[in-house]
Amino acid sequence: MSRDFVMPSLGADMASATLLEWWVKPGDRVKKGDVIAVVETSKGAIEIEVFTDGVVEEILVPAGQEVAVGTVMAHIDAAEGDAEAGPASTPASAPASAPRPGVESGSEPAEPSAQPPAEPQIEPPTPTVQPERPGQSQTAIGKRQPVSPAARRLAREQGLDLAMLQGAGKTVHRQDVKQALATQTPATPAPEVASSRPDRPGMRQAIAAAMTRSKREIPHYYLAERIDLRAASVWLSQFNSERPPQQRLLMSALLLRATALALQQYPQMNGFYRDDHFLAGAGIHMGVAISLRGGGLVTPAIHEVDKLSPPDLMRHLLDMTERARRGQLRSSEVTDATVTVTALGERGVESVYGVIFPPQVAIVGFGKVSEQPCVVGDGIAIHPMVQATLAADHRVSDGHLGARFLAAIATRLQHPEQL
Amino acid sequence: MNQQAMRAAVIEELTRIAPDIDPAGVDDNVSLRDEYDLDSMDSLNLAAALHQRLGIAIPEADFARLQTLGDLLAYLGD
Repeated sequence: MSRDFVMPSLGADMASATLLEWWVKPGDRVKKGDVIAVVETSKGAIEIEVFTDGVVEEILVPAGQEVAVGTVMAHIDAAEGDAEAGPASTPASAPASAPRPGVESGSEPAEPSAQPPAEPQIEPPTPTVQPERPGQSQTAIGKRQPVSPAARRLAREQGLDLAMLQGAGKTVHRQDVKQALATQTPATPAPEVASSRPDRPGMRQAIAAAMTRSKREIPHYYLAERIDLRAASVWLSQFNSERPPQQRLLMSALLLRATALALQQYPQMNGFYRDDHFLAGAGIHMGVAISLRGGGLVTPAIHEVDKLSPPDLMRHLLDMTERARRGQLRSSEVTDATVTVTALGERGVESVYGVIFPPQVAIVGFGKVSEQPCVVGDGIAIHPMVQATLAADHRVSDGHLGARFLAAIATRLQHPEQL
Repeated sequence: MNQQAMRAAVIEELTRIAPDIDPAGVDDNVSLRDEYDLDSMDSLNLAAALHQRLGIAIPEADFARLQTLGDLLAYLGD
């Protein structure tokens, strides 16, 4: 039975995406869960899985073409016994609450119900952004050599087939593409397609749209609290001194963990404002603002932060930051944050007053950690301090509650061993 | 591992974390943070990668002092 493979919706506000490449050709056998195409959105390259076993009958859309959501891109001859399969389900590895295709940074997380349902006869493929791991081979459908975004873009601009570079067993970098180009005869340039660089206009437009909506609709209020980090710093130094780099913690992990525990106490800061009322988050899924190299911003979510120990949280944070900056986020990470934390301290600012990502209701900011004079008992001491800020939605909470929330973060950070 | 191989290994790990850096154009004498926009997450990822690859666990206090690629290579070479 022939089934349609369609362009999925990668967010409630997405109308189309550019097909970057097919990983299959007619006649190839595919199985449920294989990645068979890569599309470009303002989030970056997103890998699309097929959710039926079968054989690729026909490719209908060429690479480089902009494709509207719902457009049939290929026909799959479904395998025996799979023809009556229902709509694609979320891969088991994704959180149960998150069958969410990705959305643009700063845009509204898409509720599962907000996704345009596929036509009954159409199989909606589930998009994923799979991490590209060094060592992956190109031998099987759904697997490929990891390619950096810069390399992919250059290859596309120059019309270089990345397959020429694959099989070496390591990540393909821009330099590899340049070397390959230098040794080949000039090729016909590929069709002009949207840039995959993080500073692409699409991402800026998505951020602008979300932030404009936020400032238009959300009555923000702002609070700040100076927090003494001496206890946390001492504990952190001791913790790290005994461990190799991959087991060390950054202060960010303690700040996020303390925030998550405070959110348990103040659930009014964690959730969404929709249809004129507050909907508490089902879990504490913390969107972490990550600046991208070359410009742009994404806020992927770490799920259930309140249930992660600081070392587990640190592992998630490092992994997610690295993948965000390499353009390899997973769809489940970019759609369902219930609150956002931003830390611009590393760039030297004392404090950051965030703009709430609608429909969330709060954003917590941390400035730089710096040595400052503070009163300790009857005297003055020099301690590492950080300015924590809160921007929250006045339709859901007020300043009194917000102040108690910030105080709870500060209190948690005085007992780092309990985080 | 000789100096050239060490440099190649460090640059490979650096450009894996920051793919937009051209490996051929890395300047040994500029700040990795200011010039190549490495933040604490990137730095910790780099330290972890170097530990795994080279077997050298740079203590946190020492790593904080290594501002440039040249600093890093000199430290690893000692």
